[in-house]
Amino acid sequence: MANACAIIGIGQTAYKTKRLDVSMAGLLREAARRALDDAGLTWKDIDAVVVGKAPDLFEGVMMPEPYLADAIGATGKPLMRVHTAGSVGGSTAIVAASLIQGGVHERVLTIAWEKQSESNATWALTVNSPFTTSLVVGAGGYFAPHIRAYMRRSGAPDHIGALVAVKDRENALKNPYAHLKIPGISREMVEMTPMLWEPIRYLETCPSSDGACAMVLASEDAAKKAPNRPAWVHGTAMRSEPMMFAGRDTVSPQGGKDCAADVYRQAGITDPRRELDCAEVYVPFSWYEPMWLENLGFCGEGEGWKLTESGATALDGDIPWNASGGVLSSNPIGASGMIRFAEAALQVRGQAGEHQVDGARRALGHAYGGGAQFFSMWIVGSEKP
Amino acid sequence: MREIAVVAFVQTQHSGEDQGLHETEILAPVITEIKEKTGLSRFGFTCSGSCDYFQGAPFSFVSALDVLGAWPPISESHVEMDGAWALYEAWVKLQHGEIDTALVYGFGKSTQGVLRTIMTQQLDPYLLAPLGVDQVSLAALQARAYMERSGAKEDDLRAIAARSRASGRDNPFALHLPDPEDGDEYDVAPLYPHDVAPITDGAAAIVLAAGDRARELCERPAWITGIDHRSEAHSPGVRDLSRSASARLAGERAGAAGIEIAELHAQFSHEELILREALGLGEDVDVNPSGGALSANPPMAAGLIRIGEAASRIHDGSASKVLGHAQSGPCLQQNLVCVLSGENNG
Amino acid sequence: MPSEPNHILEFPGGYTRSVGPVIGRFFSDLRDGRLTGVRTAAGKVLVPPAEYDPETSEDTTGEYVEVGPAGTVTTWSWVPRPLKEHPLDRPFAWALIRPDGADTALLHALDVGVFEEGAKPPKFLKTGMRVRPKWRDERTGGIGDIECFLPEVTMINAPTRLEYRMKGGRTLQRFLEGVSEGRILGDRCPVCEQVIVPMKGICPRDGVPTTEEVELPHTGTVTTFAVNNIPDPRAPEVPFVSAYVLLDGAGLTMLTLVAGIPADQVRMGMRVKAAWRPREEWGRTMNNIKWFEPLDEPDLPFEAIKDYT
Repeated sequence: MANACAIIGIGQTAYKTKRLDVSMAGLLREAARRALDDAGLTWKDIDAVVVGKAPDLFEGVMMPEPYLADAIGATGKPLMRVHTAGSVGGSTAIVAASLIQGGVHERVLTIAWEKQSESNATWALTVNSPFTTSLVVGAGGYFAPHIRAYMRRSGAPDHIGALVAVKDRENALKNPYAHLKIPGISREMVEMTPMLWEPIRYLETCPSSDGACAMVLASEDAAKKAPNRPAWVHGTAMRSEPMMFAGRDTVSPQGGKDCAADVYRQAGITDPRRELDCAEVYVPFSWYEPMWLENLGFCGEGEGWKLTESGATALDGDIPWNASGGVLSSNPIGASGMIRFAEAALQVRGQAGEHQVDGARRALGHAYGGGAQFFSMWIVGSEKP
Repeated sequence: MREIAVVAFVQTQHSGEDQGLHETEILAPVITEIKEKTGLSRFGFTCSGSCDYFQGAPFSFVSALDVLGAWPPISESHVEMDGAWALYEAWVKLQHGEIDTALVYGFGKSTQGVLRTIMTQQLDPYLLAPLGVDQVSLAALQARAYMERSGAKEDDLRAIAARSRASGRDNPFALHLPDPEDGDEYDVAPLYPHDVAPITDGAAAIVLAAGDRARELCERPAWITGIDHRSEAHSPGVRDLSRSASARLAGERAGAAGIEIAELHAQFSHEELILREALGLGEDVDVNPSGGALSANPPMAAGLIRIGEAASRIHDGSASKVLGHAQSGPCLQQNLVCVLSGENNG
Repeated sequence: MPSEPNHILEFPGGYTRSVGPVIGRFFSDLRDGRLTGVRTAAGKVLVPPAEYDPETSEDTTGEYVEVGPAGTVTTWSWVPRPLKEHPLDRPFAWALIRPDGADTALLHALDVGVFEEGAKPPKFLKTGMRVRPKWRDERTGGIGDIECFLPEVTMINAPTRLEYRMKGGRTLQRFLEGVSEGRILGDRCPVCEQVIVPMKGICPRDGVPTTEEVELPHTGTVTTFAVNNIPDPRAPEVPFVSAYVLLDGAGLTMLTLVAGIPADQVRMGMRVKAAWRPREEWGRTMNNIKWFEPLDEPDLPFEAIKDYT
């Protein structure tokens, strides 16, 4: 059965629209070095490296892991590249954890990144073939109809999206790495911004960021030597379903429900709202907070917006969501999932600084991708399971 | 370590010409066949290898999901690497997961673009890719470095191509290529066209199973007794191109000794010689009885096919210890070695 | 209008100036392609070097230090219409540049790229910008041995273009053949018995090949939609509506444009029909259908389409 897996090092870059000051390798090294420093290790202590990112068209380097090999300490070591669309940052961490849990390695470095400024996200996500033209303009164009369907199904009032947009940006002000920092952010400010893809307003969407996130995962033995308190993996899960098929629920996909059920079962959780102390959930458009609250079982169907409206998900609420500011505040796509996983670990390590949730002992990290069809999740805790 | 075996292997009849099929249409029959072969329709874990650049569009693996019947939702992952690394990920998952089967597949279509220039996009984006140096030109640099160190001649390379093509003609799934003809002009010297793997479309799938489940599913499972992969530095200028340090390391870790048959993912004739040396495969080892990548090289599947072909020699009882190899990156930068045996460890 | 000058003050052949040891050292080093400063008694490095400390007027130490050549812009001005005396004949910046290792800055021209005369300063031109000298090939020993400074390389342009000859796949070709004849083809899954449109050849839910081709009517119902305010070359105008339309008899929705009605009047449950382009414009492409437009029928209630959203 699975060996224990600890998170002993976490490193993030500053997230910005354009990190013109670094090369691609430099961006990864910045995050990786911080993770190694946190773990009290050097490059040579690492047994294997697992990297992840979203489509290669973003940077125009196809399967970039060979180019990066010696920049990220993989000379003479196993090096893997994971790609599961937007959920990739999470899946990459799960593959790395698997190498520890399977007893294959003692210390694994995992890094996820995106340098979106090297091209253009809308182009890189929707290159058209000669035979099919996408009518979807950017991710917002894809998700807007599903958000509309959620609003209709749940009867949620129009302002819920703005509440999330404000809450996450207020949290971002407490996170030194966050990209969007909007002092004085308010509901009025959000509601004044234009509808990009109605019903999604400008400030209800995520930014495009450059950035990388890295973690050092370790076996129990290796974790004992770590200078800082580790977080422990209590469960990991991934689920996928096709994008289009008859009978698919695109508002609350079955894949998300099944993935959550699997990871809760592994962690022994039956009531996530009560038993988890906080969650870092992939919310690239503000309306996805109430949608995922329902999909992940934090409340009943149609109740997610009420939870958001009540303030339960705020930093001082009973179940803070995205204390880091979340994807709404920083979004280097390929890294965004790993940032969720890492921020969850930071919380249970008590290392989240100004955006620390008091006494956080168990946290959920969540990522999704594609047409809300790929899911990856982990639960981390301050105690070894 | 948990006992894991290759219990089924399926591949397409690979094609050197564009048959007008979408990548998913190439893959679909392979998935159908391996489900029939194993009698399984659901697997504990699924993992695939593919690359967007062969379709020139993002998310090639997303549409591939359509052929799996991923409903109810499945536990699934994807590597933007050869399917051999997907097999590695599945093997790791089987080591600790609460699962006992895994489906692995890889697919690629290289007839739609110019493979060698597409591969240029994999190089260092500051110092190498802007030069426009292509995959075959880099391989030729490595061939020269190897030949100058070892004394191997162009005829030695030609002999490998001739043997591979002859074997390929006996393999119903490979391309059936003629004997190399004298008087060919160089492709990129010192490589001739016959030294270069053919452009190929194809797909392959493998089912892995653990312990007793493997014994139920296969009369003679091919047990994975060792699997390891290693990378080396990227820039060709910082490596000894005449050797493959990463293949040697992976071979040592995977326990590449006493091998009877080896399926090596050599995309160029000289790579077989470099790999033989790195893996310590003597003259007595039968290399690439399938014809190898020089007879069929569907991208993102060719490495997985090497493991499948090697496992098939266990399945049919013609060998008891075999090796499958896969590579990635320019000039054999990354190498994966999988050692399989008819006898399980216990 | 300025006319031709009528008086010119020019010392024939130019002045002959003696530069002294410190400036001489600086220019000699420039001619060699090096940037040099001099240390003050307080330990500061002056670039360009001077014979005296600008704060104390004491002699400098005579200790020369190689600096830069890269440096940081400490301040700048922007010349939108260069004079003929200026070192560049297109808009550029003047900048004070502190070379790495120096405590003072040097004035020089900074070329940040090609701009039309009168251009505003580019947004990336900033104090703190990292720059390097562009050396002249033929150097004579003078400040002009540096033609100008250039921003440090922070980005390279990497055009990539890969050419493909795609066929799209058999199923898609069959579907497009239908569209080229004015037909919308789906296919039925033998397991769930739903009609999939556009036809896929396989049921993504059940993972089995489809068995029956089904021609669908050109009418359907909007299940949900987005009003897009971001311009896109594929769409006629902004705002445009991208909608999921459930064709009558289909098991799943298709993403299409909806037009022929103001964007703010599109509704969930609205009945629509395909608007085909004139037959003579048809090809093997979905563009044969311009968009879907309203049908004069009552809306379907949300309950009827809820399971398709």
